Amino acid sequence: MTKSVSPLVEGRTGPWEVIIGLEVHAQVSSQAKLFSGSSAAFGAGPNEHVSLVDAAMPGMLPVINRFCVEQAVRTGLGLNAEINLVSVFDRKNYFYADLPQGYQISQFKQPIVGEGSINITLSDGSSRDIGIERLHLEQDAGKSMHDQHPTKSFIDLNRSGVALMEIVSKPDMRSAEEAAAYVSKLRAILRFLGTCDGNMEQGSLRADCNVSVRRPGEPLGTRTETKNLNSIRFIAQAINSEVARQIEILEDGGTIDQETRLFDNATGQTRPMRSKEDAHDYRYFPDPDLLPLKLDAAWVDQIRDTLPELPDALRARLLNQYGLTPYDASLISEDRAVAAYYETAAAGQDAKIVANWMTVELFGALNKMGLDLADSPVKPEQLGKLVARITDGTISGRIAKDVFALMLESGADPDQVIEEKGFKQVSDTGAIEAMIDAVLADNADKVAEYRGGKDKLFGFFVGQVMKASQGQANPGVVNGLLKQKLDG
Amino acid sequence: MLLPLQQLFVTRLVITPMTIDKDTIPRIARLARLEIAPERQSALSEELASILSWVEQLNALDTSAVEPLASVTGHDLPLRDDIVTDGNDPDAVLSNAPEKTSNFFVVPKVVE
Repeated sequence: MTKSVSPLVEGRTGPWEVIIGLEVHAQVSSQAKLFSGSSAAFGAGPNEHVSLVDAAMPGMLPVINRFCVEQAVRTGLGLNAEINLVSVFDRKNYFYADLPQGYQISQFKQPIVGEGSINITLSDGSSRDIGIERLHLEQDAGKSMHDQHPTKSFIDLNRSGVALMEIVSKPDMRSAEEAAAYVSKLRAILRFLGTCDGNMEQGSLRADCNVSVRRPGEPLGTRTETKNLNSIRFIAQAINSEVARQIEILEDGGTIDQETRLFDNATGQTRPMRSKEDAHDYRYFPDPDLLPLKLDAAWVDQIRDTLPELPDALRARLLNQYGLTPYDASLISEDRAVAAYYETAAAGQDAKIVANWMTVELFGALNKMGLDLADSPVKPEQLGKLVARITDGTISGRIAKDVFALMLESGADPDQVIEEKGFKQVSDTGAIEAMIDAVLADNADKVAEYRGGKDKLFGFFVGQVMKASQGQANPGVVNGLLKQKLDG
Repeated sequence: MLLPLQQLFVTRLVITPMTIDKDTIPRIARLARLEIAPERQSALSEELASILSWVEQLNALDTSAVEPLASVTGHDLPLRDDIVTDGNDPDAVLSNAPEKTSNFFVVPKVVE
């Protein structure tokens, strides 16, 4: 495993180093909210999943959800992080229409989870560790809709009080690619653990990106924070546009304002939030409604004992057991369903060819059809059988693509498709010899040129014979026989 | 204006009195969404300074070896099971809303 070097961004006046830290908000996969008994499910009608606690009616008291605490601990263990047996809930005070309490219950000085790390793999096969600063539990806010009325905002409190894990990285990332790899990996870990469904469209996973630039070796520059990015593509876009903007300002002799920015999906650019200078004066203090959260060390150990195989362990197993490339192993270990499909398909087959077919042909086709792997018309056993027919010489790799296309259409078994369409590869030397003789007779001039030293024509003859066989001749046999006949 | 009890402590101050600069009152008033007339600000500033000074007396004690006290009840934080037991009553939730439409709270536009 190679260690990646910090990629630099070349400006007009020299190279710049990019520094990125991410705050990811991951919704805990719980039935009920963090401090109330109302549902945390997505998609209800306005204000249906709201209790008087979530609406912050006077006198209502928060009671913490044990399951949410357990998921935070489980996630912390999955991030190789220290678990704090005593943590404290604080009030983060600010006014906004979708925050009925006037404060968010969060954890400030004593979070439930401390330092950990995530190992990321980049597309060039290099890998590096990204530090985790902390993970804390907090409440989500409600949702404001500003486009329903010219002078009013509409407020839905269904999300108000839903349990979030805020996972804060160290400022360890140096490019948009690293940030994207970090979020993918974090999402994979959360999904393997089952602590967050990782559904970015529904807002179960959102990221705030802190970005600054500096000359290599110099102290950190001023950072900006771009809020609420809900796709990995947007995270990369927001970082790249923010890096370009900051470098442009600095190279023109300007300075960066420390500010909160918003990303515009349509333009791919960031813009400043109409900020109030007091926006960050949250006046945290311990929530007097909640005692410190004390965990039993034995309970934490019990949770540790039930952790599933995580992406890194699975990836290592894929590398060892199947001999996959680091990149394929990372791709397949990102999702448990993908790994399960792969292991079923690869059972008893050439594991590398199966990986290749899966990541290139199958993923490409499903992407085009807009289908999830779970809905794939080609089942894993069928993909395995298709690869078996390539390796046992029944069909060529090229014909296999045609067979695969028909399998995608009909969901049929590869053997059935091969039989029905007469795709069986011709390895019968007699039949192939006859085809070669015909091709050579039809192209006597080229045969002469070839024998006169124009070696490159060999490929032309192979192509002609394959064409004559409608792609069904075994290319190895064709090659061997052609050589004999031309050179012999 | 000080209450007699506070006055008693203020007069027994052992630590330099706190001061609050003139920008602090309008700033914390804005953070708390309180409207405070300018003519009241200097009086409030003095009152807040004397309260802070009074609390400052605690700094005279060495508490480095004392665990922070979170509660005097001796109870632990109670935990709840992850079961949906509440909600599904938008009428109750919205019953005090000054303005509502199709089960949304309606507020003056606060667009960012």
